[in-house]
Amino acid sequence: MRIQRRLTTPRWLLVAVPIASLVAAFAAAAVVLLAAGKDPIATYARMFDRGFIAPGALTSTLVTATPLLSTGLAAAAAFRMRLWNIGGEGQLYLGAVGASGTGLALHDQPGLVIIAGMILGGVLAGAAWAIIPGLLRAYFNTNEIITSLMLNYVASLLLSYLIFDSQSFWRDLSTFSARRFPQGKVLPDAATWPSFDLGFAVVPFGFVLGILAALLLWFFYRSTSFGFEARVLGDSFSAARYAGIKTRRVVVAMMALSGALAGLGGASEIGDFRHVLDPRGLQQAGLGYAGIVVAALARYNPFTVAVVALLLGGLANAGYSLQGPDFPAGLVGVLQGMILFFALGGELLLRYRISLGGRHITPPRPLAVATGSAGATQP
Amino acid sequence: MNVNESIVVVLAASAIFYGTPLVFAAVGELLAERSGVLNLGVEGMMLIGAVTAFWSVQHISGPDWLVLLLATLIGGIAGLAVSLIHAILVVGLRANQIVSGLALTIFAGATGLSSYVGNVARLGGQPAHHEFAAINVIGMDDAPVLGPILFHQNALVYASWVLVLLALAYLYRTRTGLHLRAVGESPQTADVMGVDVALYRYLHTLAGGLLAGVGGAYFSLAITPNWIDGMTSGAGWIAIALVIFAFWRPELTLVGAYLFGLFSSLGFVLQARQVHLPPEVLASLPYVMTVVVLVVVSTGWAKQRLGAPAALGTPYVREER
Repeated sequence: MRIQRRLTTPRWLLVAVPIASLVAAFAAAAVVLLAAGKDPIATYARMFDRGFIAPGALTSTLVTATPLLSTGLAAAAAFRMRLWNIGGEGQLYLGAVGASGTGLALHDQPGLVIIAGMILGGVLAGAAWAIIPGLLRAYFNTNEIITSLMLNYVASLLLSYLIFDSQSFWRDLSTFSARRFPQGKVLPDAATWPSFDLGFAVVPFGFVLGILAALLLWFFYRSTSFGFEARVLGDSFSAARYAGIKTRRVVVAMMALSGALAGLGGASEIGDFRHVLDPRGLQQAGLGYAGIVVAALARYNPFTVAVVALLLGGLANAGYSLQGPDFPAGLVGVLQGMILFFALGGELLLRYRISLGGRHITPPRPLAVATGSAGATQP
Repeated sequence: MNVNESIVVVLAASAIFYGTPLVFAAVGELLAERSGVLNLGVEGMMLIGAVTAFWSVQHISGPDWLVLLLATLIGGIAGLAVSLIHAILVVGLRANQIVSGLALTIFAGATGLSSYVGNVARLGGQPAHHEFAAINVIGMDDAPVLGPILFHQNALVYASWVLVLLALAYLYRTRTGLHLRAVGESPQTADVMGVDVALYRYLHTLAGGLLAGVGGAYFSLAITPNWIDGMTSGAGWIAIALVIFAFWRPELTLVGAYLFGLFSSLGFVLQARQVHLPPEVLASLPYVMTVVVLVVVSTGWAKQRLGAPAALGTPYVREER
């Protein structure tokens, strides 16, 4: 078997490889199902039905896809420039804290003011949380993978502290039962975000904001000088330094942007769906980690992120609604992981030509291909 | 009061107790990274090790020592099996190591395969049939100060000390260890020397998976002998950070692991002594300290002698060298 680097990738492969990866992942996960004595075909049929077909399925899929769109964009924005922010989970929590805090503080204002305040509060809180690993990376050269991840655990503990172990502003202390069984203050009705009924599905405002954010992100990378600097920095750190790009500033700003996107997801969780700071619900959903899967499958393209978020949203939604003895928790993670493994393996087919048997004359190596970039995922 | 009940001795003994799974996982990750493979799937491999080891103690009957030995081995082999996915993807198929490692943690981790296995086998809420207990080595567990710290730990603690010695001898005193370091520093050179780069990377990634699985087994067989989804709560990530603190040297992982064992146990020890702080503050200590220590080692004098393998994270393709 010979593996050769492709000079160009045929267009049909760009479509065929992801689809083949998806099919292969479901086939591999079928083995896991069979090992547990479940019927894979019936399970997949029920998942597809609950994710996309059944009445109301699309609406609930959108509910799951909305935060995935935000955290997916957050991961895509950072990963695209090889800034490995895996703190989307914690940044989303902080977004929820910020949005519910502003929502509660502005409770006697008109709805429009509250909602604008919540978006701003969520985005700023998410950005602030992400700036910590950003600054550490920029000024102390500290590995952002570990720091952003550690802050996820800290953010999760902060959520628990605010509701379960303190008399914070977020906690409902108005009644006797609320003091005995800790819970968050419920936001005023005016703080509920609007939604748009399209007949076949209800689109939450957070999803619309996510699509808008995807557009802005695409425009930012494509048409702004700062986006250009970020792209250069992503391709080659030293080239960016030589070109006089203020690399520290770009790193901090991109981490903040990434955190802001995840924070938007947290704000939407509060404004669109939960209306109360609910630590257990947020902690169980694992929305930040799933965002990494979304971004990687979408190959960091903002528009593809939207499509993949819907797809994985359907998968996760089917997972929640089917969960029980027939459909144990954990299966969704197994499927997500499998899809990602096969998509990663499929990358090889996009970047290299594989031929079996026979002797080949190796063509001269193209000059433009630098060895240093061999490991990078091509944007 | 007996000196062996003083807070210093209790803290030192529990720092070793809680730090031991980190030693296993960090030495394993260190071996993989020395070959040039970064594996961010440690958390997932540990959880797989924890769930399979726990399944084993519930389903194998026999004398304590045999069951525990088998369960630990099964946990290790399960960790090895999932690390094979990462090895095939990054060594064989040249995939991005960071994304593949994250995928491994999502696949195997708290919301993936480990939770699935725990649910299907209904392991949650059962008390363990066998667990690692402290053994009284050479009858010295009541020796002042050193007794509880060094001579009253469980078998895996002693195994971890042997492991560190073996890793040291392997890396710096054997030919394969020398080749391994060459593969991580300069795969081109190693290739020219006739070393099979891909084989070394496969084997050491698998060794990392095995040791992470054993570290996970420690959680479900020694720390809290039962099964809870996501019970390692970030230990796998702390182990990855430990490799950086340890400048990729096995003996220094002990120092780091016990430091973090100390932070993990501080909460329990202080609570038992009626010191009242919000539990979340104490629980967040290991994570915050990981960040702080990581900042310290990545700045200033430490930067000169960091010791990261030069080829860490990059695939090796002979035709493109």
